[in-house]
Amino acid sequence: MTQKILAAHAGLDTVRAGQLILAKLDLVLGNDITSPVAVKEFAKLGVDSVFDKDRVTMVMDHFAPNKDIKAAEQCKMCRDFCGEKGITHFYDVGEMGVEHALLPEKGLVSAGYAVIGADSHTCTYGALGAFSTGVGSTDMACGMAIGKAWFKVPSAIRINLTGSLRKHVSGKDVILHIIGKTGVDGALYRSMEFTGSGLSSLSVEDRLCIANMAIEAGAKNGIFEVDELTLEYLREHGAAEPVIYSADGDAEYDEVLDIDLSQIEPTVAFPHLPENARTFAEIGDIKIDQVVIGSCTNGRLSDLKAAAEIMKGKHAAPGVRVIVIPATQRIYLEAMELGLLRQFIEFGAVVSTPTCGPCLGGYMGILAEGERAVATTNRNFVGRMGHVDSEVYLASPATAAASAVTGRITSPWEVDKL
Amino acid sequence: MKYTGNVLKYGDNVDTDVIIPARYLNTSDHKELASHCMEDIDKSFVSRVQPGDIITAGYNFGCGSSREHAPIAIKASGVSLVIAKSFARIFYRNSINIGLAIVECPEAADAIADDDRVEADLDNGIIRDLTTGQEFRTVPFPEFIQSIIENGGLMESIAKGAIE
Repeated sequence: MTQKILAAHAGLDTVRAGQLILAKLDLVLGNDITSPVAVKEFAKLGVDSVFDKDRVTMVMDHFAPNKDIKAAEQCKMCRDFCGEKGITHFYDVGEMGVEHALLPEKGLVSAGYAVIGADSHTCTYGALGAFSTGVGSTDMACGMAIGKAWFKVPSAIRINLTGSLRKHVSGKDVILHIIGKTGVDGALYRSMEFTGSGLSSLSVEDRLCIANMAIEAGAKNGIFEVDELTLEYLREHGAAEPVIYSADGDAEYDEVLDIDLSQIEPTVAFPHLPENARTFAEIGDIKIDQVVIGSCTNGRLSDLKAAAEIMKGKHAAPGVRVIVIPATQRIYLEAMELGLLRQFIEFGAVVSTPTCGPCLGGYMGILAEGERAVATTNRNFVGRMGHVDSEVYLASPATAAASAVTGRITSPWEVDKL
Repeated sequence: MKYTGNVLKYGDNVDTDVIIPARYLNTSDHKELASHCMEDIDKSFVSRVQPGDIITAGYNFGCGSSREHAPIAIKASGVSLVIAKSFARIFYRNSINIGLAIVECPEAADAIADDDRVEADLDNGIIRDLTTGQEFRTVPFPEFIQSIIENGGLMESIAKGAIE
């Protein structure tokens, strides 16, 4: 699938793994951390305008609403650039959301697109049948200027999904399970292609979560086969007409990984790598100080619903700080209308404006020395959420909520029995 | 392209959060980024590193975030070359795009010890450990990537019309 999209965007009939190509881009993305560097690089070229005002987007989400003066200056730099260049899709406080939740919601990505974003989790949009990959600021600047990027065509790993998920098990458990098998560089430079009879049982939001973390296996991109659910999602969100590329029957794969969804259990990735995946038979009594539910991985409405279902009629354990961050304004509003926000607050949680904030140790929930958090985010590297001697355990919204109830890392299956 | 310097050696999966923690990403000033380079993995890095020094590391160097601030911090701290068993792909292309020299060579990454003096001649694909006398071969970059580096980076390549 990836190779076909890249060939089409490079104006070639076919491409082969390892080939270097220059591909046309359908969308170029940046955020308030990476865009300022790109704006400086862009200025080096001495060109007046971006390649297409409707195909460049900047989202102020990492340190916005501005966490300090320097962050404010960075957002201002992006705001000024977008104003000057007449960029249509500039998302500032009030409209912004966590970028990889926001762009699909706004219908900015469609199947068959080639997308680059100066953010590693740009691979999220593969869930919608796009080729989408994270790059740096210089690539972003180049993309903004000429609408193209260079790529080395990746080979692929096929992830063959069968069966369907059990109660309280979600896309997050699936991807943590997969990374536990591949390791953090098991898919290095390659594409992860998700197919199989189990696909139809996965919601688009689960797929977005899975594709989001393809980078944590080292992959260049993760991509899902397009089906009725994808098309319905794209229609609902007003995305451009999809172009569907499916894998040939005789497509070549480096390896095939068979995943029976019905065998997946609630899974937690231990510090300090996403590959340290464990199920509850291997998890002892681990007390926690904080729970974060949100991010580009798990800040969507289905995630908030899953957490609220576990929290219903219960209260946060004493001493546990619970932070819920709806990923976009629309999700915030929908959660409010469904009464989820009231439920979170009555549970003892704080509900934040959309931001990447704590996921990358920016603000809104930094950990002190020796503290532990269960987070629905995507990375648990050393110091990721704060002090270099703090710990992050990655889990699904259901597991995070269950852990907030008991004050230790807890399976949602256990809380169901309480 | 020839590089000579003393080695600062690290292990596998050195991520961009330890190369330059997110708490310093509220700036894109190269010197300021360099002053916090490797802070969360090696507090002595900033005081030890000398212009021209070479970093060696294990597998998946630079994994994690797409922050170009990571290779920028390394380059601005004076490091001339990174030798690793493998690089995370975004870090790999970012380094090429900003003109930080990098090379994959598992044998060299294994054998070279911390603080060894190393000379690398990437045009001819040779890395020499001047302390031990050992020599290692590397695979040269494809021509397209070579041209980006020779032109001084991606933007410079576009400005010079090497990429259209």
